[in-house]
Amino acid sequence: MATLINRRELLVQIAGIAAVSGSVGTAKAKHVHREVTTAQVGPYTAKAFNAHEEKTLRTLCERIVPGATEGGAFEYIDLLSSNSDRLAAIYHGGLASLDHQSVERTTALFVDASPAQQTALLDLIAFRENADSHPDLRPCIRFFDWVRRMTVDAYYTSAAGIRDIGFKGNGALAEYTVPQEALDYALQRSGLS
Amino acid sequence: MTQVLVQLGLKVTLLEAGPMLNPARDFKEHMWPYALDHRGAGPDGAAYFGGGSNYFGAHAGGYQIPGEPYTAAPGSQFRWMRSRITGGRTNHFGRIFFRCSDYDFKPYSNDGLGTDWPISYEDLSPYYDKAESFIGVAGTTEGLRSAPDGIFQEPPPPRVHEALIQGSCRNLGIPCIPARMAVLTQPHNGRPPCHYCGQCTRGCVTAANYSSSQVQIFPAMETGRVTLINNAMARELITDDSGTITAVSYIDKVTRAEQQIRCRSVVLAASAGESARLLLNSKSSRHENGLSNSSGTVGRFLTDSIATSVRAYVPALDGMPIHNTDGTAAYHMYAPWWELSKPNKDFPRGYHIEIRGGYNMPRVGGFNDLCRRNQGYGQSLKDAIKKDYGTWISLNGRGEMIPNADSFCEIDTNSVDQWGIPTLRFHFKHSEYEFKMVEHMQQHFTAILEGTGGTVEPDSRPTADKISTGGSVTHETGTVRMGDDPSTSALNKYCQSHEVRNLFVADAGPFVSHPEKNPTLTIVALAWRTAEYLAEEMRKGNV
Repeated sequence: MATLINRRELLVQIAGIAAVSGSVGTAKAKHVHREVTTAQVGPYTAKAFNAHEEKTLRTLCERIVPGATEGGAFEYIDLLSSNSDRLAAIYHGGLASLDHQSVERTTALFVDASPAQQTALLDLIAFRENADSHPDLRPCIRFFDWVRRMTVDAYYTSAAGIRDIGFKGNGALAEYTVPQEALDYALQRSGLS
Repeated sequence: MTQVLVQLGLKVTLLEAGPMLNPARDFKEHMWPYALDHRGAGPDGAAYFGGGSNYFGAHAGGYQIPGEPYTAAPGSQFRWMRSRITGGRTNHFGRIFFRCSDYDFKPYSNDGLGTDWPISYEDLSPYYDKAESFIGVAGTTEGLRSAPDGIFQEPPPPRVHEALIQGSCRNLGIPCIPARMAVLTQPHNGRPPCHYCGQCTRGCVTAANYSSSQVQIFPAMETGRVTLINNAMARELITDDSGTITAVSYIDKVTRAEQQIRCRSVVLAASAGESARLLLNSKSSRHENGLSNSSGTVGRFLTDSIATSVRAYVPALDGMPIHNTDGTAAYHMYAPWWELSKPNKDFPRGYHIEIRGGYNMPRVGGFNDLCRRNQGYGQSLKDAIKKDYGTWISLNGRGEMIPNADSFCEIDTNSVDQWGIPTLRFHFKHSEYEFKMVEHMQQHFTAILEGTGGTVEPDSRPTADKISTGGSVTHETGTVRMGDDPSTSALNKYCQSHEVRNLFVADAGPFVSHPEKNPTLTIVALAWRTAEYLAEEMRKGNV
């Protein structure tokens, strides 16, 4: 396996190159390993959505990607929608249409429906092919595509999602090696070994 | 250029249209996507509407720069990448460092198309040696005519997806060899080796890869013989009655005031487009078509690399133990051109193949295809994403475009930028040669990927839509070409103007043809040669 350079060693290297180039101070160069923590102080205040919309969207995000709350999916969609009329229109309209369909089917708004009732509606709007059999759901199906795409983006670019998917990089290695077991695994399965 | 001139004892003033580079501030290496609240989508979600900037790149510019427009002529599409910062695009380029082959310098002699260069491989070879020795390049000695060997450090090993492509290529008789990259694997000239984060295009704070800023300009500044003037947007070259350049006029972007700096000689290294623009804008009663343009060739012969890609899901990678595949930038292995001597092809020139895959750092948009295919939601969606991760390989071509009469840039007389400088209008057209080459790429990439057991993603678009938009490979070349005949070229074989003795060009403008090799190493080697020539001419009093 590849060897990890410890942070101190890398910084010594950077200090070395800074001395050569005269361009980078050691302190500034430490950014090479900066780890950003966006500590949230107090409750989050939504920028683009009212309280009901927020509750609905948070529920929807978490149903689409369990863990999306920790991944900051709502805050991500809220920020972008607050700066984009196009996104705001997609989300305001989409959330209203989701509620409308929920009321039509269960008499309850989406967040007030039972989990089973929510699931029944989501199972319809999460698949494009249902647009043919349920023309009334077309706006919801298109909206669901947007929420799925942006929730997935938010979650897998968060610390939680990056851990979850198993990404091992973005570090500093003294040398680059490829694990033999991985090589053997793929070569054997491909028939190329 | 600067480094060599300074080594030879000359004083250099650098005019840079952007700010000074501060790697600690400007490079985005090691930044996690969640370091930005918008994760790279842009605060207004531009990435979801086909726009957006690369927030993790070291561009300091991009395809659009506010207040500095350019246009494409009706019927043409062209994208122009500019980087306004000390070191320019070398801060973020892919570090691919290929020599051109002997035949690349004599295209007309080979197939009757285009024009031969006024120099040969033998003329440039010593400068390839000097550049590689100074900069440090990873690679292997292979003895292939289409991929001339250089002076190499040991390269990193093939990643798993590259080993699969290598195996498939072997079965098809296609060479697949370690890439040549301007990335150190051993300490070199006071620079540490790569730490294998795979993020060269974000800028390398340790300078383990090559950028002109960190490897050449900053050390040259240590000598005290370099004056760097930042935020200086060159407007015009000023000539005297004898047609010699006496000064450069530029806009100080901070004060918006026009300044002039006197000079003994001028070297343009502003990128092919900007160098042509500056010459065309340097009009006077003596130079009605712009400076060094009696031949009318400035702005002509514009080319970009021809790119297309094919990607495949490769089941052999499904379920493999996830590991760190960062390595160096781009690719560790590539396939150089292999049909050099094959007769009767329906396109005359060649291409090479780049390989991409691995367990990449998640990014906005990176899961779109999976979401579109899989649909659904909840745990099943997460399981599908995890199973899909790292199971795709894509092959990307980089092919030679033959200069044609319909591809050029000119001054758009209706438009000035925010500094009052007339802007460029691009004309761009691919020929049947490029279409045929792209079809060949598509067929062979499919065969190579299927040879790994991969399932190629269908792409039913017509061939013309599978070619990269002009400029989008960011390899613009040929707008101030060199040649022996002053009536068909702007520069002589030392990249010195035929008409203005103290004018030189040291970017990709002088290229006479556009070999499939990525242009940076050839730019550096040509500049090195020009610098030595210029220093000698100055010593002799000829310039």
